[in-house]
Amino acid sequence: MNPNTLPPSPKLSTSGARAEAALDVAFGDQPPKAVRRRAKRPISGALGLLIVGFWLLMALVGPWLAPHGANALVSFEIFGPISLEYPLGTDFLGRDILSRLLHGAPYTIGVALAATVLACLFGVVLGLVAAASGGWIDAAISRTQDALIAIPNKIFALIMVAAFGSSVPLLLVMAAFAYMPGSYRIARAVAVNVMTMDFVQVARARGEAMPYIMFIEVLPNMLRPVLTDFGLRFVYVVLLLSAMSFLGLGVQPPDADWGSLVRENIQGLGEGAPAVLAPAVAIATLTVGVNLIIDSFGARAKREMEN
Amino acid sequence: MNSSIPRLIIGRLGIGVLTLLIVSLVVFILTSLLPGDAAQEQLGQEATPEAVAALRAKLGLDLPVYMRYLSWLGGLVTGNPGVSLVNGMPVDDLIASRLPNSLKLAAATALIAVPLALSIGILSAMYRGSIFDRYTNMLAVFLVSVPEFLIATVAVLIFAVKLGWLSALSRSVEVDSFLQLLSVYAMPVLTLCCVLVAQMARMTRAAVIDQLSSPYVEMAVLKGARPMRVVLRHALPNAIGPIANAVALSLSYLLGGVVIVETIFNYPGIATLMVNAVVTRDMPLVQACVMLFSLGFLLLVLIADIIAILSNPRLRT
Repeated sequence: MNPNTLPPSPKLSTSGARAEAALDVAFGDQPPKAVRRRAKRPISGALGLLIVGFWLLMALVGPWLAPHGANALVSFEIFGPISLEYPLGTDFLGRDILSRLLHGAPYTIGVALAATVLACLFGVVLGLVAAASGGWIDAAISRTQDALIAIPNKIFALIMVAAFGSSVPLLLVMAAFAYMPGSYRIARAVAVNVMTMDFVQVARARGEAMPYIMFIEVLPNMLRPVLTDFGLRFVYVVLLLSAMSFLGLGVQPPDADWGSLVRENIQGLGEGAPAVLAPAVAIATLTVGVNLIIDSFGARAKREMEN
Repeated sequence: MNSSIPRLIIGRLGIGVLTLLIVSLVVFILTSLLPGDAAQEQLGQEATPEAVAALRAKLGLDLPVYMRYLSWLGGLVTGNPGVSLVNGMPVDDLIASRLPNSLKLAAATALIAVPLALSIGILSAMYRGSIFDRYTNMLAVFLVSVPEFLIATVAVLIFAVKLGWLSALSRSVEVDSFLQLLSVYAMPVLTLCCVLVAQMARMTRAAVIDQLSSPYVEMAVLKGARPMRVVLRHALPNAIGPIANAVALSLSYLLGGVVIVETIFNYPGIATLMVNAVVTRDMPLVQACVMLFSLGFLLLVLIADIIAILSNPRLRT
């Protein structure tokens, strides 16, 4: 298979919208084999796994581990420093930041994860349908997805919040819709390639039904690029949701995700309070961790697809 | 063959217009899905049904949906996108007062980011696998993984709070001296540049490497051309299309990035206008802003497409 056709090639081929696809290509790239340090890759990948695994666990059990309630006023000191009693300091009302961080983990990670699953699910299924049907169905789906890509993600998020008001289900649906087109483009590009392979031709000649070809023959052969894409999309969704909360248009009080924690404690910035830095650092470690995994995973995916 | 360039460009324009139409349809459907009534909301619960009906007629809300869509679309095309529900000012006046500020910010960012990113991208492609390449790669992955508001807050912490060089808020965009210019634009531009340079450099690197692995470059190396010559003379002209593409797509990031950056630094641009419109649910203004941002995106992509078409010598003969 020609490796150039795998990611939507940024040459002359397609129409306007391949922003994320091109980005993904750029970030999936790796230095050549000869200079890659053998010992270094697995460590960064394992480190990423460790960080992401830790945060996933915290998203599940964090609220139970938290020493205080999310909204419990525990200290008279606002923007308190790091101490034994309050490991990440206190916020603008004297609440324990560690507890608020742990209570916020399910919002930041859980909502983003659910939205990414939805985005990739619909993107991949639509991509498979488009690649398998071709013709006007393919054209209609592709054109609609291109139009969705033309609305920048943050702008799409803003219009959704303006139209429907902000709530957790809305944020979930909004993020899923915002990132579906990118997932669709990748899935369709890969699926079109796989569709031309001999075993698919054989299955067609056997007279297999379309769903069988799509899900049993094609889908397993595009899992790695789809999973890599899933990771990248998760990072985008976390950043988008945090940004919305930071603007005050995301998760609404009294609930708080990590973006809202940064927003509500922004006054503490002048004192360099841990209250504002801790949630920001939490977001950064999560996204960098996912990127580290993709880096080691994506390199393998790329090699496999090229061979 | 010469007629193929205009034909391709016209084709791209057509696709752009079609996409914009679908965008307008999506925007309109999203903003009119909810039964929430703008007239009722504006007048409050105590308003008499007659007053509400009168305002509905005035705003055109009593027309069927497709008529409202067509008149809204017609208004957009003729430069009359409606009246703000909040302060009654024409939406185009509101946008016209803010747009130049955002364009200035974007231009300043692009002016710094594009040359920087292209140099980094081309250099790291030339010295692929070197220490320079690996560290810029790591830095780029870090910068695109970190939320913009973290970069912005850290910038404020360092330059405004600890060092006291710059003011944290851009209070006015009227500048008299170079120092003032610097104090207004330095931090917003710096924040936008961080993510932008990282993305653009990565994509440029990928585009150049794509060219460097092609047979004609191997040929040039085999005949003994110096590495500098191979990259600048052989590979780069062929990479112009993909690089233009990378630059345009990265710049389109600005369309979303300004939302956060303008809000944090309280910069009076189009994005703060839109965020405020979202908070007050000023739909005509939100709709117009979304269309404007989408138009910006499609224009960038269109320019990149046209550069790619023009830089392809196969189409020139």
